[in-house]
Amino acid sequence: MKYKKEYLVESSIRIIAFSTIAILAVITLFIFSQGMPFFFGHTISGMVLGLVWTPKEGVFGIFPMIVGSILITIGALAVGVPLGIACAIYLAEFTHKRVRAVLKPTIELLAGIPSVVYGFIGIVVLAPFVRIYLGGSGLSILTASVVLGIMILPTVISVSVDALLAVPHSYKEGSIALGATEWQTIYRVLLPAAKSGILAGVILGLGRAIGETMAVIMISGNAVKLPGSPLDSVRTLTSHIALEMGYAMGDHRSALFASAIILFLFILTLNVIAMSIMKRRIK
Amino acid sequence: MNARTFQIAVKIILFAAVSLTVAILLYIIIFILYHGLPVLTLEFLSSPIRGMGKEGGIFPTIVSTLYIAIFAVIVATPMGVGTAIFLTEYTQEGRLTRVIRFGTDCLAGIPSIIFGLFGFIFFVITLRLGWSILSGALTLACMMLPTIIRTSEEAIRSVPRGYRDVTYALGGTKLQSIRHIVLPKALPGILTGVILSMGRAVSETAALIFTAGMSVQTPTSVLSSGRSMAVHFYTLAREGISAPNAYGTAAVLIITILALNTVSYVLMHRYLKRYQ
Repeated sequence: MKYKKEYLVESSIRIIAFSTIAILAVITLFIFSQGMPFFFGHTISGMVLGLVWTPKEGVFGIFPMIVGSILITIGALAVGVPLGIACAIYLAEFTHKRVRAVLKPTIELLAGIPSVVYGFIGIVVLAPFVRIYLGGSGLSILTASVVLGIMILPTVISVSVDALLAVPHSYKEGSIALGATEWQTIYRVLLPAAKSGILAGVILGLGRAIGETMAVIMISGNAVKLPGSPLDSVRTLTSHIALEMGYAMGDHRSALFASAIILFLFILTLNVIAMSIMKRRIK
Repeated sequence: MNARTFQIAVKIILFAAVSLTVAILLYIIIFILYHGLPVLTLEFLSSPIRGMGKEGGIFPTIVSTLYIAIFAVIVATPMGVGTAIFLTEYTQEGRLTRVIRFGTDCLAGIPSIIFGLFGFIFFVITLRLGWSILSGALTLACMMLPTIIRTSEEAIRSVPRGYRDVTYALGGTKLQSIRHIVLPKALPGILTGVILSMGRAVSETAALIFTAGMSVQTPTSVLSSGRSMAVHFYTLAREGISAPNAYGTAAVLIITILALNTVSYVLMHRYLKRYQ
């Protein structure tokens, strides 16, 4: 009797363990089954490189959205990565363990703040600032980049701090013993040693920036056109899907799912890269 | 400049970076609370939404949020903890665990809008659950699974090996050791993950708009549609319906998140102390 129960629990746990794989498979299946039919009637290159999006006339070009996603992500990295790595170095090397134990969770709180709240702060604080001092409508690539840069900070900081702390202590001691200052040690020894971990953090942050939806909808203006300056409005792939999904039908809907496939493949590739980098680090 | 002065300069710059980050965090919290707290009255929390949010309170959204968050956790926790138990207790590191970890990491990286699309096409349309609390909660359960797995795995792994050995030495079975020794010891760590996931459910918007719907009514069953607080806040803020109500809702969101994070931090801290 005892062993029967034992066996029952073990086999159900074995089945449960595959739930993530099953969910991943079902998600992939459904997104692809909804989006793939679109490519039977339209070419992939026509969609990815098309400049015009007029669903009513059956023209589905998402090139401006892809450009928008890429530009905003690059902007977010330009803001978030230097700031994040600077914070990580300070937290890992220049603070006492006890101070770090308070500061790190505090900074990780940034990850808990809802993205709609970030978007809102972007609308009421940052956008007017950009509009008054730099011009344009304020709902721009620049505004979105700054807000997203802040949003990826906790990811970049957390992963980088862990990477820096994982560098063997003897490296540091060796360098200090040779007469190097703490900063020389950090710059020449610790950062190169933690390079792959920090890179993984940056890529995870990148994934978060590309995938962010609500904050970007609120602050990037959502115009379907190629931007000419950082003060222009753009639409990202994610906000494109979220904005039009509510009323899309037929071809229009499958075009949106096709956009989702492109986004999905993009993010999956990024994750696989980040994972392989992290794995190399563990070895 | 010699190396020592250079180091001092660098240290000041790095300190400035940390200060800036903390300042941004405090600014966001204080800004929202400063504008939102005056709106927060008992009436605001307990009245229905009137005029699409122009007037009235946010009671229905609180109920919807609670329903969705709790239901999602109820679905995701057994799956997450089960997977974690499998990874730590029932198998050795190998191809199988690598595949499961790969799946978990991929799931963690999928953007919430894709979960939203999936939930819409799978739960809402294919399974015919409609725009409902249930569809929203199931979608969120898929989303929070990686977090729960990761934190539970860490918590279970940090229970010392010897605890299990003692059970076996006394003639206990694997299941007994898991149920009576490992899980109770790992409980605070597991709870940390569950609470953090609830925070994620509270703040999620993109995945809920197309799954739980936008109804302003208080949900009466798991099959009725209901907008969560974050979704309500998004509508208020984006469509400029009512600034005071938007600030009030944001304040409730921020306070909830702060409370959940504090609880999980305290739990984690106590838990870590025990094994150090």
